Amino acid sequence: MMRSGALISAAMAALLGCGLSAEAADNGPLKVGFMTVRSGALAAGGRQMEEGLQLCIDEHHGEMAGRKIQVITADTAGQPAVTKTKAQELVERDGAQVLIGPLAAFEALAIDDYIRQTKTPIISPSAAAEDLTQRKPNPWFVRAVGTSAQAHHPLGEYAAKELKYKKIAIIADDFAFGHEIAAGFQRTFEQNGGKIVQKLWSPLNTAEYGTYITQIDPGVDAVFAAFAGGNGIKFLGEYKNYGMQKPVLGAMTTVDEGILKRMGDEALGVISSGWYSAATDTPTNKKFVEAVRKAYGADPGYYTVGAYMACQFLNNALEQVKGDTSNKEAFIKALRNVNITDSPYGPVKIDQYGQPILDITIRKVEKKDGRLQNVVLKTYPAVSQFWTYGAEDFLKSPVYSRDWTPTK
Amino acid sequence: MNFWIIQGLNGLAFGSLLFILASGFSLIFGLMRIVNLSHGAYFMLGAYVGLSAIGAGVNFWVAILLGGAAISILGALIERFILRRLTGQPLAQVLVTLGIAFIIADACVWIWTGDPRPVPMPSELTGAFRVANLAFPIYRLFVIGVAFVLAIALWFLLERSRLGAMIRAGVDDLTMARAMGIRTSLLFSVVFCLGSALAGAGGVLAGPILSVYPGLDTDMLPLALVVVILGGVGSLLGAFVGSLIIGFIYSYGQALFPDLAYVILFLPMVLVLTLRPTGLFGRQAI
Repeated sequence: MMRSGALISAAMAALLGCGLSAEAADNGPLKVGFMTVRSGALAAGGRQMEEGLQLCIDEHHGEMAGRKIQVITADTAGQPAVTKTKAQELVERDGAQVLIGPLAAFEALAIDDYIRQTKTPIISPSAAAEDLTQRKPNPWFVRAVGTSAQAHHPLGEYAAKELKYKKIAIIADDFAFGHEIAAGFQRTFEQNGGKIVQKLWSPLNTAEYGTYITQIDPGVDAVFAAFAGGNGIKFLGEYKNYGMQKPVLGAMTTVDEGILKRMGDEALGVISSGWYSAATDTPTNKKFVEAVRKAYGADPGYYTVGAYMACQFLNNALEQVKGDTSNKEAFIKALRNVNITDSPYGPVKIDQYGQPILDITIRKVEKKDGRLQNVVLKTYPAVSQFWTYGAEDFLKSPVYSRDWTPTK
Repeated sequence: MNFWIIQGLNGLAFGSLLFILASGFSLIFGLMRIVNLSHGAYFMLGAYVGLSAIGAGVNFWVAILLGGAAISILGALIERFILRRLTGQPLAQVLVTLGIAFIIADACVWIWTGDPRPVPMPSELTGAFRVANLAFPIYRLFVIGVAFVLAIALWFLLERSRLGAMIRAGVDDLTMARAMGIRTSLLFSVVFCLGSALAGAGGVLAGPILSVYPGLDTDMLPLALVVVILGGVGSLLGAFVGSLIIGFIYSYGQALFPDLAYVILFLPMVLVLTLRPTGLFGRQAI
């Protein structure tokens, strides 16, 4: 009895000590809690995130703004319940002062309340759910990637204006990410005179796409396919085998570099859009791609560059506060004030909701240097998550969903 | 009209894949009374083995055999050294197979990374077969053919061979079969091997359509369960008819009632369980 009492008071003292000695800790390493996925269905993305983060840490020789960076990695298995436990462990047991992760949007939502309660700054390297930086912004949250629709507003316009498509069928994964991408694309496509004539929602774990491919309206000019994970591989392969001839437009993740390396000729000619392409021809990006290729033997994709940039955001914020994170308010303010003029993304600024304003590229899959690449056709500079609608107008309408239709 | 033909073919092709997956599952379930929850993992592992074989320059057809062989060896080891020790403890056996499924799944992530990968199809079967204004992938026609040949072969094995007679006796009444002098432990090994081999080879065969990715196992296992519950435990005819019914429901159902896409496969299962708990072709358990 005495013993456990003593233990508890010791623990209390340790906890209190943590809070009190924050200033002292600032001379020590900055503890970064990194939530990735090492097991289960999302493990491939998790591995790419780890690679991106490691590359950035190495680039800075493990030190930012004069402070050593100590990364504590946790495996969430891509399960929201586990994610919550791991976030608590990282913050309370390991003393993480800032979090990077988690991978999936539903994981990010699972720890949203906890982040608010503990006021832990968190940088999201991949979760794209719109409302995280729109209708339900979390003041402690900063995103290092685009929102679901951010890259696909420009694609809708491009399809109507430059590709001159009139009628398009959409096929998308039946979950929030797919719904948001499809609605964003539809909005700008129809605004520019196009018409979405068909929408097919396939479950995320659709076994085979034959049933869907054969339903596609033969009268359309093109098909817009918005898939996450490995579904793009399945869909494009079967699309070709069904002898389909209509051109395919893709979401950023349909032909992401992370899976493009596994695809064959079926991916050739797919036009998509994204806030990143490994083929972007700038010296900074070339250097980055070369480093990734040298270390990991593949082009960087969505997750690699997302985690890399999350880490660069951290570096930028630390430089602003000169490595001093004792004042959390000042630190999150710096994180939400990240301004990077040159990065693999191009220039990056953050809007007042914690969402980056990014250059969006329209890309086309071509074979170059013996491998498939997303060759850039056009760049839309400094695209906001609200496209050209303005934050206030944009936020008045409900979040993009499965049943979203453009208001007349 | 085109709609009904093309979705019918889609259903037939998907049902064929399901039959290759479910026939082994059903045999094991029926004879050994083991709900082998690692069957989906065997299927996935088979596909990965086939993928690596093809990557090493092996011909696609040989890769199918290799996938089947590798998984049947694995199945034999698991049956001999793990499941047999748990004879008579169905709950422990089910849990063990679930555990094995998890181990295989994470081992696959470890060995083949987690990247989703397409299994390249043999070049002679790529492309679409065209009649009038219909187009259908040649590979799927081939899969349909394989399933029918397999069904006939299994039928001969079960109905016309001595081994088949022993298996059927075991399915009907294990105690009596043992009393008649049938070496049931050997029978168990043979059936478990055969079922595993079908799963492994089926994984390779399905690879060009489904691709291989972490989670393929848990996507496929419920489908095998649905087929077996619908068709009846331990019945080859049941597995065959059940697969085709599920295949058709899948293709027509997803096209006609897209909002029911998630549940549509499980509705017939609920109906059958309510109206005819032994399945369409299952016999009354003794």
